[in-house]
Amino acid sequence: MEELLREYLPILVFLGIAAVVAAGALAGSLILAPQRPDPEKDSAYECGFEAFDDARAKFQVRFYLVAILFIIFDLEVAFLFPWALSLGNIGVFGFWSMMVFLAVLTIGFVYEWKKGALEWE
Amino acid sequence: MIHALTFYLFATVGVVAALMVVTSRNPVHSVLWLILAFFNGAGLFVLMGAEFLAMLVVVVYVGAVAVLFLFVVMMLDINMIGLREGLLRYLPIGAAIAIVLAVEVIALFMDWTMAPEAMSLRAAPVPDIAEVTNTEALGNLIYTRYVYLFQIAGLILFVAMVGAIVLTLRVNPQVRRQSIATQISRPKSEILAVEKVRSRGGI
Repeated sequence: MEELLREYLPILVFLGIAAVVAAGALAGSLILAPQRPDPEKDSAYECGFEAFDDARAKFQVRFYLVAILFIIFDLEVAFLFPWALSLGNIGVFGFWSMMVFLAVLTIGFVYEWKKGALEWE
Repeated sequence: MIHALTFYLFATVGVVAALMVVTSRNPVHSVLWLILAFFNGAGLFVLMGAEFLAMLVVVVYVGAVAVLFLFVVMMLDINMIGLREGLLRYLPIGAAIAIVLAVEVIALFMDWTMAPEAMSLRAAPVPDIAEVTNTEALGNLIYTRYVYLFQIAGLILFVAMVGAIVLTLRVNPQVRRQSIATQISRPKSEILAVEKVRSRGGI
């Protein structure tokens, strides 16, 4: 347990450095730069005209479809990692159990390919 | 020492980030705070020795679920002022439910005693982390002992895939697509004609 956490110490140090650099950049610009705000400076800038409306426009639902298909294959890959590590211990049954899992998802993959969900219009 | 400090750092930042998720005015900011909360959860997992879970939280939750949340927030186009209206009205009943829940959980843990033989009766004791790594210990169990749950997970992913396609995919027949197979399988006789053209005659 101790050795395990010692391996993560560089990441902790890195996180600390990142926090200090981020805070330093913000604080530095707050202290050093002249601060003379006025309404024109603070308002949103769009080249040549007043801002039309909120930046949050409605998305096409296709983006969502791509994201959710990505998440599903992401999870599929996540299941492959422990399987690859312990393949020597779990034997033939473990191997075929993963093959069935992959087969089910491959059926889904073929379905989405044939439906044209992977194509952009 | 460093262990305890890190724990309190992650725990405090995590709780503060979770609070900001609920209270910040802009839903997009809420999602960003949620990502911070996920990162702190991953840090807590590492401190408990569950490396694989920590990395999964970073890859799946930060990498994919947060993006999905952002899409949903963008797509719904929520009226931000309207959302805040009920807050004060529902605050008392929400606080009451939270307090009842907290009292129940605290009472449960104050009263909790573990049978002395319970530790030896565990179905799958956690192996020593110095001998078997976290990921390998999981792999030894998921694919054989918990094979049904594993296959159900696969089926759920399958249903999610099919469901997302059925619900959101609209194929527009107006759109012209290039079909390379059709293009290159056209016979010469259909598309090409050789004409004998007399000079100054035209066709």
